[in-house]
Amino acid sequence: MGMLDIRNVVKIYPGTGPADEPVKALADISFSVRQDEFCSVLGHSGCGKTTLLNIIAGFDEATLGTIHLDGRPIGRPGWERAMIFQDYALFPWLTVLGNVTFGLEMKRIAAGERARIAQRQIELVGLGGFEHRYPHQLSGGMRQRVAIARALAVDPAVLLMDEPFAALDAQNRSMLQDEMVRIFMEQRKTMVLVTHSIEEAVKLSDRIIVMTRRPGRVKANIEVDMPRPRREESPEFVALKLRIRDLIHDEFDLSEVPGAAALPAAAAATAAAAGVGQA
Amino acid sequence: MSERISGLTAAAVQGRLSATEPDLASGMVGASPFRASGHGVPAHESAVSPATITPEERRALEALRRPPNLFQRCSRWIGLVVFFAAWQLLSVVILPRIDANLVTLMPPPTAVAAGAWELIESGALAKHFWASLQREAIAFAYASAAIPIGLLMGWSKTAQNVFEPVFEMLRPIPPIAWIPLAILWFGIGDLQNQFIIFLGIFFPLLINTIAGVKNVEHNVIRAARCLGASETDVLVKIVFRAALPQIVTGVRVGLGVGWMALVAAELVGATSGLGWLISDARSVLRTDIILVGMISIGIAGLLIDQGLRWAAKKMLPWSLAMTR
Repeated sequence: MGMLDIRNVVKIYPGTGPADEPVKALADISFSVRQDEFCSVLGHSGCGKTTLLNIIAGFDEATLGTIHLDGRPIGRPGWERAMIFQDYALFPWLTVLGNVTFGLEMKRIAAGERARIAQRQIELVGLGGFEHRYPHQLSGGMRQRVAIARALAVDPAVLLMDEPFAALDAQNRSMLQDEMVRIFMEQRKTMVLVTHSIEEAVKLSDRIIVMTRRPGRVKANIEVDMPRPRREESPEFVALKLRIRDLIHDEFDLSEVPGAAALPAAAAATAAAAGVGQA
Repeated sequence: MSERISGLTAAAVQGRLSATEPDLASGMVGASPFRASGHGVPAHESAVSPATITPEERRALEALRRPPNLFQRCSRWIGLVVFFAAWQLLSVVILPRIDANLVTLMPPPTAVAAGAWELIESGALAKHFWASLQREAIAFAYASAAIPIGLLMGWSKTAQNVFEPVFEMLRPIPPIAWIPLAILWFGIGDLQNQFIIFLGIFFPLLINTIAGVKNVEHNVIRAARCLGASETDVLVKIVFRAALPQIVTGVRVGLGVGWMALVAAELVGATSGLGWLISDARSVLRTDIILVGMISIGIAGLLIDQGLRWAAKKMLPWSLAMTR
């Protein structure tokens, strides 16, 4: 369960006004995610990575191309492709327990079984004792833990994550990334993470898909074979991080930045050099 | 100051603190790992948690609190006392000097209280109060059709396109402007009154329901869908629940507008109710009863709103808008 196959996916948004040209967000995306593999999709903001995730979830439709999950074409959104959002998207009128059991109710699972599964997932994300709190009584990091438990409770074939740690402060982010590694090792499952953080991708993934700027294409498909948990100071970690950074920096072309074309050539060159220097 | 903090930190590290110092030090250093290592035990295992407030700290806190003086404590009553005293003075002393008959037009608070007692004793006030309240309740029952219509209009663009032009045409007409036509349609009495109140409640409730649905966070709906919710589940279990605080606001605004419309409708087209009570008292020049009726209308409106707020707070503990 959980083999994802993405073939020649193209997404074009129709123009809204009469003079508006259609916009191509994704141009011919193809890659596969193996069962129980952790795959990150990495790219600049606006490269279409979230669009791709929304298409996999079924919130949006591909203009061309196909996506198969375990050999079957994907359809409307459903629990086999549960998603975790950047803004948590919890149900504020339900308690932690209510949020986690919601998907189980939708799956028509018996009440006793529901409580058992929910309790297990709440414990797994470290929220034991907070079952009867409402989301507004929790911190950002705890809310995202609820969202993780809620998505895992329905036992999806693939867990989708849209920049799940981006709204958290640095300490919480790093802590939740470590938690995610632990959860992944305890509950093997196919996972697809969309992120713009290179560290996050290297820390978590078995496979990293590096995207180009808009229109998004696959620039590199990197398999990561490092034992978990991974140490950020280790030479392999640093080497991979730098390799990906170079791939991403290639995509940052000053000539495409509005206003940059007006700069004198010398100034633009200095700016470009400075940009490389930072890397 | 920085020297003092570093001094304390050093003291904590060396673990040579006197009996009173640990809390002071932990207050400064917080959950510093130094403290734990200095004592040789993890911080959470020590007998006194750093978060505990000691008796000394409590005394210091008390000393900083200034009790309000007499004037501050009575400030809420001063305005009211002056208001009623001035009114009494005006009615009993000033107006009779100008013209002995003027007091009939402006009875003093004491006379109004006497009039209120008379109406309470005879049961008339309760009877009219009940008649008005019943009309408001029945009209609300009909007007609550605005909730499903609003849900539909907020959810479906097509439904909005169909309903909106009609409602936008009718909405700006004040309910009171319907009274002459309503009297011709329904005659004098309950049905005419209920119709006017219905108009007062319906539109605020509709507008708030639509806004509530439109404000539901997009990702909350997506989250429900990817957890397996059907379209019906999404509408009933997510959109309605998420919009509920705003719907309750609509009910509060609606009942308020409806209450105003009720009084207007009763003034001209009823034979009972608080509005009719003050209109009837006018014809026999009982200004004290007019004032009792006016005050009762105000109090009833306030009670309805406070009751709703209380119920909403109990039922929607998660809503920040409700608990504010």
